[in-house]
Amino acid sequence: MSTIKTSLGRRSFLQTSALTGGGLMLGFSWMASCTLKTEEEILSMPNEWFEINSYLKIGDNGVVTIYTPNPEFGQNVRTSMPMLIAEELDMDWQKVLVEQAPFHASKYGFQFTGGSRGIMSRWEPLRMAGASARHLLKEAAAQTWNVSIDDITTKSGFLIHEGTGNKAGYGEMASLAATLEVPEEVQLKDISDFNIIGKSQKNVDAKSIVTGKSMFGMDYKQEGMLYAMIEHPPAFGMTLSAVDDAAAKAMPGIRDVITFKSYKDGFEKGGFDTNAFPELVAIIGNSTWEVMQAKKKLSVDWKPFKAYSETLSGFRGKQTVNIPAGLESTESHKTRMAELAAKPGRVVRKDGNPEEAFKKAVKIIEKSYSAPFLAHNCMEPLNAFAHVDGDKATIAAPIQIPGMIVSTIASSLGIPEENIEMVMPRMGGGFGRKAYGHYVVEAAMISQKINAPVKLVYTREDDMTNGIYRPAYQATYKAALDENNNLTALHVKAGGIPESPLFANRFPAGAIDNYVAEEWSIDSNITIGAFRAPRSNFMAGAEQAFLDEVAEEAGKDPIQFRLDLLKRAKEDPVGERNDYDAERYAGVLELVRDKSAWDTDRGNLNRGVSAYFCHNTYAAHVLDLTIENGKPVVQNVCCAIDCGIVVNPDAAVNMAEGAITDGIGNAFYGELTFKDGVPEKTNFHQYRMIRMSEAPKEIDVHFVQNEIAPTGMGEPPFPPIFGAVANAMYKATGVRQYSQPFLGDKQVLG
Amino acid sequence: MSEIQLHINGKDHQINVDPNTPILWVLRDHLNMSGTKYGCGIAQCGACTIHLDGVAIRSCSLPVSSVQGKSITTIEGLSKNGDHPVQQAWIEHDVPQCGYCQAGQIMSAAALLEENAHPTDTDIDVAMNGNICRCGTYTRIKAAIKTAAKIA
Repeated sequence: MSTIKTSLGRRSFLQTSALTGGGLMLGFSWMASCTLKTEEEILSMPNEWFEINSYLKIGDNGVVTIYTPNPEFGQNVRTSMPMLIAEELDMDWQKVLVEQAPFHASKYGFQFTGGSRGIMSRWEPLRMAGASARHLLKEAAAQTWNVSIDDITTKSGFLIHEGTGNKAGYGEMASLAATLEVPEEVQLKDISDFNIIGKSQKNVDAKSIVTGKSMFGMDYKQEGMLYAMIEHPPAFGMTLSAVDDAAAKAMPGIRDVITFKSYKDGFEKGGFDTNAFPELVAIIGNSTWEVMQAKKKLSVDWKPFKAYSETLSGFRGKQTVNIPAGLESTESHKTRMAELAAKPGRVVRKDGNPEEAFKKAVKIIEKSYSAPFLAHNCMEPLNAFAHVDGDKATIAAPIQIPGMIVSTIASSLGIPEENIEMVMPRMGGGFGRKAYGHYVVEAAMISQKINAPVKLVYTREDDMTNGIYRPAYQATYKAALDENNNLTALHVKAGGIPESPLFANRFPAGAIDNYVAEEWSIDSNITIGAFRAPRSNFMAGAEQAFLDEVAEEAGKDPIQFRLDLLKRAKEDPVGERNDYDAERYAGVLELVRDKSAWDTDRGNLNRGVSAYFCHNTYAAHVLDLTIENGKPVVQNVCCAIDCGIVVNPDAAVNMAEGAITDGIGNAFYGELTFKDGVPEKTNFHQYRMIRMSEAPKEIDVHFVQNEIAPTGMGEPPFPPIFGAVANAMYKATGVRQYSQPFLGDKQVLG
Repeated sequence: MSEIQLHINGKDHQINVDPNTPILWVLRDHLNMSGTKYGCGIAQCGACTIHLDGVAIRSCSLPVSSVQGKSITTIEGLSKNGDHPVQQAWIEHDVPQCGYCQAGQIMSAAALLEENAHPTDTDIDVAMNGNICRCGTYTRIKAAIKTAAKIA
């Protein structure tokens, strides 16, 4: 048993109940979800609730409501985070209700979705909240029964004193517990005593989802709400010149057409304030369809903008970003990338003497890999509700990092931050895109200008062509083999538009005596940002495809080749800044080798292996592929993951399955090209997404069993799948894949 | 604008709306039935799938005037207690991640099973290829459809 310092604020029952009253909302039921099994049980709600701390309240009948702090976009935190609290509370999971906590930074800390850091960052605080509540209940029972707290035990929502035979449900002690002082320290359970963590619990929102309850930002409604859409420039590099809104305004149901700037002149952007189009036209009307129709009647003149610089203050401190003028095209991007790739880059890391090693090499292998811009294409297009009323605002929007956009909204509206109430509906996907909240600011600005509650809706076309895209990348790898086929030197040079994807200190750095990593970048006015496992989502595929080719040239089994390098990195690491644990990395490779029966002949299956470490978690895949009628068909993916303790195993498996399928889709088809600044795909008839018939026939996920504090699951299984696809395709076709997408719009190979 | 009579989930509705409005937006904006989702507006993603006289159709591309006198079923009306075999199977397999596409997936799956009680993998591929799941839950969807076929 371990003790942990508590850091809960004083209770504030009145404020919380006011915020979660839900009186503002119409037809909106996403607040409460439950794990209870039957309708009757759901109806047996308590007469009175007692707030024990900001994360939970207990009803007089023993039902517990847990406030889940972070926004949900499909990563299962509305289930898995309450599990952490319920575990330490020692609660019967079937008697737990889950509500979304309000956005409230001082009570709930950093409420965000991203970087696969949710469970990792909440692992201790949420267990502490549960343990501290349990302690207060025990103390209440001790006082009531006049016994020592040390002799009281708990079990599934009950307090028990064996000596006197006293037993009480949590509901009976909740009113007294709610008045007691929070202890300075509380004890956490031993891992071996877990009853909820580590056992698969169903998604608490499953019933609401399958019955079509309103849950998403897109579903949010308020009485008197108007609908708005924006018209943005047709090309990156352009801005507003003039608007003729007469025809649009004459359309039925249209209230207004306005132009506005999202951010004040001189506004210093934070890292998530990225927006391509600072000045926009908005059209506002009575219904989505009427606005959509009138939007087509807008006549707007656009003009090219001049080059400018802006200062961004993000997680990596302040940096100046240059936004060039011009209308960019994929063809010219490719030419520029080839030029930069051929020149020396900025050396980020160098070990040993790579120049000498390459001179002495018996064999040199050099290959170049590239990948295009990608659009996020969340199934729920961008949208935001805003009601700005004088110096107050209510916002309800699917947003990954609400805390990062509140100050921007306050600045744009000219109102105090504390006057902004932020509602966090479920997100219909995010994948990084919904970290960038310009659309939320836009909704707020529209509401302020028209003085009415408004829902801004991006059409699919608006969403796809006003992206904060995954950048285009390129990486060149060069390896030296000696006469014994040992890898003696590795040179990686990577770059992109507009950022480099390089991670200089990741594997195989640390495993090779002579190593050099360089990078370059090309400025662009096409906006880019985080996309599921940023940068890793390219580097993993490039690196793992290259290592596969080197292993083949060296005449070694691809898994054993990697394990040999990891052995070196573990026993005698080169350099001191290596960003991985070689033993855990080897662990997932060994597990996937075992579980996929790698060493057994699998007939006509063509197998590709790939492994990667990012976002604090290790993942390895073995992918089996066949070619049927010229099409690659993924038969099976065997996956091994080390993310420490797995909180909700079946949900973690679901995450891995999704990441694998998503990765295969992007590896085969994902691509957004540009011509004269215009994105060449606008909707799903052009942007090919993976579909049912193209998904893997089977996915088999395994976890390394250990007692390490949990790390992320949303991103880590995604990057390595690109390498597994490339390596299996080589086995199937004899042709190496260097350029994503591997299929693109082609229906068959060749 | 014109008066339109609709029969949705067993109930009659009368609304005054532009007859060209797709049924999707009538459901979402006018009738407060937001279970049916907007995904692409061009019948390419399946998020807006509903049943028209028992057949799965894309509600984003069908004018409301063309569905008068027909029987419409949406996700809200697929079953009285949320216990249609497909809904049960979806919960059993814990299919959803973000959940946004799932109403459309479920409506497509329910229509498939209505027409073909024991679909093969290929039947499922064909019937479900019009429904995109960006989270990549296809393997679970397929397994859930097979389970639903057994429940039904």
